[in-house]
Amino acid sequence: MLRTTAAVVAGKAARAASRLRGGGSALPGLVAEKVDPGFLAHALADVRGGILVVTGTNGKTTTTKMLVAVLRAHGRTVFTNPTGSNFTRGVISSMLGELPLRGRLRADMAVLELDEAHALKFAAAVKPTHALLLNVARDQLDRFAEIDHTAQLLASLAEQTTSGVVLNLDDSFVSRIRDRVADGVAVHYFGVDGSIADRLPELQEQDVRFEDDFVPPVAGPDDGLLKPNDERSFEVLFGGGGPGSGTVGPLELQQRGLAAMINATAATATARMLLGDAFDPARAASALRAVTPPFGRGEVVDVDGQPLELVLVKNPAGFTVALGTYGSTPVATMVAINDNYADGRDVSWLYDVSFESLRDRGVAVTSGVRGYDMALRLQYDDVAVERVEPALEPALDAFLAAHPDEPKRIFCTYTAMMALRRVLAARYDLPDIGEEAS
Amino acid sequence: MTVPGESAAYPQDVFIPGEPSDSAVVPDGDRVGKGAIHLVHLYPREMSIYGDLGNTRALAARIRRHGYSPVVHQHHPGSAFPETVHLVLGGGGQDSGQVRVEDDLEQIADRLRDLAADGTPMLMICGMYQLFGNAFITVEGKRLPGLGILDVTTQGNAKRMIGPVVLDTEFGDVVGYENHSGSTTLGAGQAPFGTVRSGFGNNGTDQTEGARTGNVFGSYLHGPILPANPALADALIGLAAERATGRPFEPEQQDDAFADEARGRQVRRLVKR
Repeated sequence: MLRTTAAVVAGKAARAASRLRGGGSALPGLVAEKVDPGFLAHALADVRGGILVVTGTNGKTTTTKMLVAVLRAHGRTVFTNPTGSNFTRGVISSMLGELPLRGRLRADMAVLELDEAHALKFAAAVKPTHALLLNVARDQLDRFAEIDHTAQLLASLAEQTTSGVVLNLDDSFVSRIRDRVADGVAVHYFGVDGSIADRLPELQEQDVRFEDDFVPPVAGPDDGLLKPNDERSFEVLFGGGGPGSGTVGPLELQQRGLAAMINATAATATARMLLGDAFDPARAASALRAVTPPFGRGEVVDVDGQPLELVLVKNPAGFTVALGTYGSTPVATMVAINDNYADGRDVSWLYDVSFESLRDRGVAVTSGVRGYDMALRLQYDDVAVERVEPALEPALDAFLAAHPDEPKRIFCTYTAMMALRRVLAARYDLPDIGEEAS
Repeated sequence: MTVPGESAAYPQDVFIPGEPSDSAVVPDGDRVGKGAIHLVHLYPREMSIYGDLGNTRALAARIRRHGYSPVVHQHHPGSAFPETVHLVLGGGGQDSGQVRVEDDLEQIADRLRDLAADGTPMLMICGMYQLFGNAFITVEGKRLPGLGILDVTTQGNAKRMIGPVVLDTEFGDVVGYENHSGSTTLGAGQAPFGTVRSGFGNNGTDQTEGARTGNVFGSYLHGPILPANPALADALIGLAAERATGRPFEPEQQDDAFADEARGRQVRRLVKR
């Protein structure tokens, strides 16, 4: 029996077993990887239309989902890892469900969401044809230690990319990677139009290396720029807009906020690079309109006739954007902060976020292992906290009971969200994680 | 909309989440309360990556609650060091941030040494703690001199010391989070800031954490350290208030229930009995 076939069989068996247990998504990938180390390269050998890696600190899951939707709207079959399991083993795991036994994926393109470190592990197995590099922000310093190091990981991925990269024009950690790509590799950008450049500081990390000779790039005709018309409606302009330039929109996303609009801009610029002349602005716009928010990124649960929004927060830039996005419609609020590995064990970052927008309404409940630290943080911003309940389920019960007849919102770190979502799924109608209704 | 990072009076100042935009302005005589206390945060742009601005925020907020007026100065590379100084703070940074402040630190070194010798309270965290020592020796063996205010020497390491920390100090239990690759050794006779109950501390071997000389405190603890450890915060404020007013510190009762619970929970989680 061929080694890869054995790997596929073993992996599929593990996948079936872990599904029965309702367990994690990385184990089957681990099994397949152990049986055939060359598994990934072999599986992707017949994918001719491009192998693209999406990476960066914030927005990977949302952007990947949008990009895949736009590509599929153009008739392409796309393999992706939709579970947000953005490690290489997660990629292999999601592949196993679609693989024939001889182990080669039948798809036009592969779009893979990977965190920065695993993007490099992937590249060691398979050189990506394309890479979309979103941003560099402080996130889980336990894992990557420092921003400069994270920027180096992205640059190293770009160096190994064979055909084209799409870079964030406005994040100088990312845009300076243009100097690192190989000869002949195309460099396109996504960014924001000058009309909203004043909102960039709320979105990204400070680059302290501002005294070197780096001159930021200027957008060209293939680079997509976000131009919002109001809080919900926006366009993506190419070459300054105008007739025949390929403007996408105006359109509204289902997911709210500036960060989602920037993700859509990144997805649009990348789809245009991958599809070339086949790119159709109207198809792209209609596909983006239809994309539902991924799990935990502004997902809305109907709780006894009232909306409950779950908002994932994991770093200062992300929490600040979330507060800015949702702050214009204050509702009853709960904040749940855990400090497990997947949350980031250091909660210092909460002091790099301003919570003043919560001051008028106050916060109903803080929860999680670090629920008291969150309450303390809010106290320093003069935000009243009605209750602290570290245990998540009792906190959720108290929150729902105290605010039964109004919209509610929970800001939560990753493992707190997983736990809360499990509780909510047992009580209300929710799609399973990784098998979203689409 | 307002842009974080900009204040009209001092455009180069960074945004301190929660602080009022006029906190760098000296208040009028009728709004000064028990007295104006001048804080200086060293290099907030380059050296406060792990939420260390939260220390300055916590001090300013508590100074107000004690009935005094904080004046928060941000010292940037190349700018003039403030004339009036009652309390000095510094935080941690990336290697690139440390490189950016080296020249300026040399410029203000004598001023800082004089202030320290004169009893000015100072709190230096992580990277600035290392720079307040005698020297930092890189992994390659290169010796980078420090200010020598604290008799400590730091050796660069390939391995990082990362994780939550509990210390025993003269202020009781102190909790925080460390994240450093430097391994620090105290000189003979140099007092530590605390004794490690859980975590690595200065070097992971001798149970010491941080250093204290006079009113200068150095520590690796982020968290940030002051909000959850208000006894330390108030000790610094008390020292600064006496210097600012020439009178004994006149504290007000504080509500530290959240801080005490947050700290107590970390101690119970981390210290094995």
